[in-house]
Amino acid sequence: MKSKNVIQVEDLTKKFGDFTAVDSISFKVNQGEIFGFLGANGAGKTTAMKMLIGISKPSSGIANVAGFDVYTNPEDIKKNIGYMSQKFALYDDLTVKENITFFGGIYGLSRKQIKEKRKQLVDELGLQKIVNELVGSLPLGWKQKLAFSVALLHEPKVIFLDEPTGGVDPITRRQFWEMIYKTANNGTTVFVTTHYMDEAEYCDRVSIMVDGKIEALDTPKKLKQQFNAENMNDVFLKLARG
Amino acid sequence: MKRFIGFIKKEFYHIFRDTRSLFILFGMPIAQVMLFGFAITNEINNVNIAVFDKSKDATTQEIINKITTSTYFSNKQFLTNEAEIESVFKKGKIKAILVFEKDFSTKLIKENNATVQIITDATDPNTANTVNNYVSSILQKYQQETNKNIKPPFQIVPESRMVYNAELKSVFMFVPGVMTIILMLVSAMMTSISITREKELGTMEILLVSPIQPFQVIIGKVVPYIFLSVINAIVIVLLSIFIFKMPVQGSLFLLGVESVLFIINALSLGILISTISKTQQTAMMVSLMGLMLPVILLSGFIFPISSMPVALQVISNVIPAKWFIIIIKGIMLKGVGLTILWKETLILVGMTVFFIVLSIKKYKIRLE
Repeated sequence: MKSKNVIQVEDLTKKFGDFTAVDSISFKVNQGEIFGFLGANGAGKTTAMKMLIGISKPSSGIANVAGFDVYTNPEDIKKNIGYMSQKFALYDDLTVKENITFFGGIYGLSRKQIKEKRKQLVDELGLQKIVNELVGSLPLGWKQKLAFSVALLHEPKVIFLDEPTGGVDPITRRQFWEMIYKTANNGTTVFVTTHYMDEAEYCDRVSIMVDGKIEALDTPKKLKQQFNAENMNDVFLKLARG
Repeated sequence: MKRFIGFIKKEFYHIFRDTRSLFILFGMPIAQVMLFGFAITNEINNVNIAVFDKSKDATTQEIINKITTSTYFSNKQFLTNEAEIESVFKKGKIKAILVFEKDFSTKLIKENNATVQIITDATDPNTANTVNNYVSSILQKYQQETNKNIKPPFQIVPESRMVYNAELKSVFMFVPGVMTIILMLVSAMMTSISITREKELGTMEILLVSPIQPFQVIIGKVVPYIFLSVINAIVIVLLSIFIFKMPVQGSLFLLGVESVLFIINALSLGILISTISKTQQTAMMVSLMGLMLPVILLSGFIFPISSMPVALQVISNVIPAKWFIIIIKGIMLKGVGLTILWKETLILVGMTVFFIVLSIKKYKIRLE
């Protein structure tokens, strides 16, 4: 694994008036790494993530994503990252095929590239029979897998997943994580937020945010040792309770 | 550009797969024009009246004939006593009652003076007023005809001519109004709903993270609705020309240009609404309450602005629909061009620019 930093953050801060949502956080993410970004609701993870994906301007600090600065080149960042949010985000009233074509199109893929990618994606996920069905008629698990694949269409350097497995059954979650592993093995960096502590164990490294600050950052194994805990859930509870 | 075309294609999928919005888009204009054109009218026709004739002589008979042979009234009932008047009105079918006083003819000849009372059911004040006027004018005409041989000391003869709508067809007044309402509704409400829908579904977030520019998203949302609104405007104008025989005295081209201007104005309002509302419901409520009501009530479409209280007259100036209605009436009925309508056109342009600038500002703030 190359140790090139794909995400580099130093003293990144976001203030809304008097309230500091993200308080001077610093971390680095390597290429091909699965980086877990944990925190309770309101701890500031979504705000931090929004700054990294270029839709929110930081108040101060340095942030570099996929080799581009968030202040000066947010547009270049957008071309080099993929994003999938907790809300399912394909169009229900478009077919599988139309969704793929549309998202391929807005990322500037050529018609030929879209066609190839679509074929590849359909084969991998076994979607041959439903390629012309409306996405709205698919089960949630399918939709989420499809959304993930669509977010990867343009071969981004980093993919940001904002609580991607919310509301999915355990089997689908498992399959989803298999897809994440495969993606990371192909050299794509995965930046994932989650509420499920068992999922935190699957990550290469994990950071835990409490009240806008990163309170812990290491491999799940070392974190458990450090906090003398049996699993990540305990680590999280110990931190969150302060 | 390719991105942009893909985006517009997607918008059309949304529109054509949603039967409800399709119905609003294309069913509504036709239904409204028909409704306003045929059903709602200020003219009176075949109003049911009753007569209480206390004298029953040749003169009263002649007057009653005059009134009932006109197409405006039909005599449904002769009353025989005072008490009946109230009960007849309560039943609701009879809208007016004529009461001739006793010895009508005799009095007329001897005293040069006899009265006929016109009682109208004023639960509907407009109809009551119109009925009253019609009956009075028939009576006056009768009087003139019978007095032909006698020369009065002097006489003023009013000679009225109604220009631009000689037959006083109310559809001529409704078509511009309906066109305004439809364009406002389709353009503003539909765009604001379609933008807020993306916010609600979370796809807006995905679009903002993608390389597609925010202004491309907005323009991509707006273009399909410009196209659909123009089709609507054409349908309404065709309906009014071929079904209601409404003339277009002025230039069709100018009418088209002004309509597109108004459509863009409404669309920018729609974008503005979508920047302040989080859900589709809010967007719909704001569009209905904030746009539809003023368009119907304060634009001069139904209620004349000149008879409103001063405060409302002032408010009516900021309603784009008011200016657009003046413009369409001018072009369709009077056949005037930009030399007359430049002021209204300029006001619409100004408002449009204002709304666009405001929504761009709002949109940016939201992105920060």
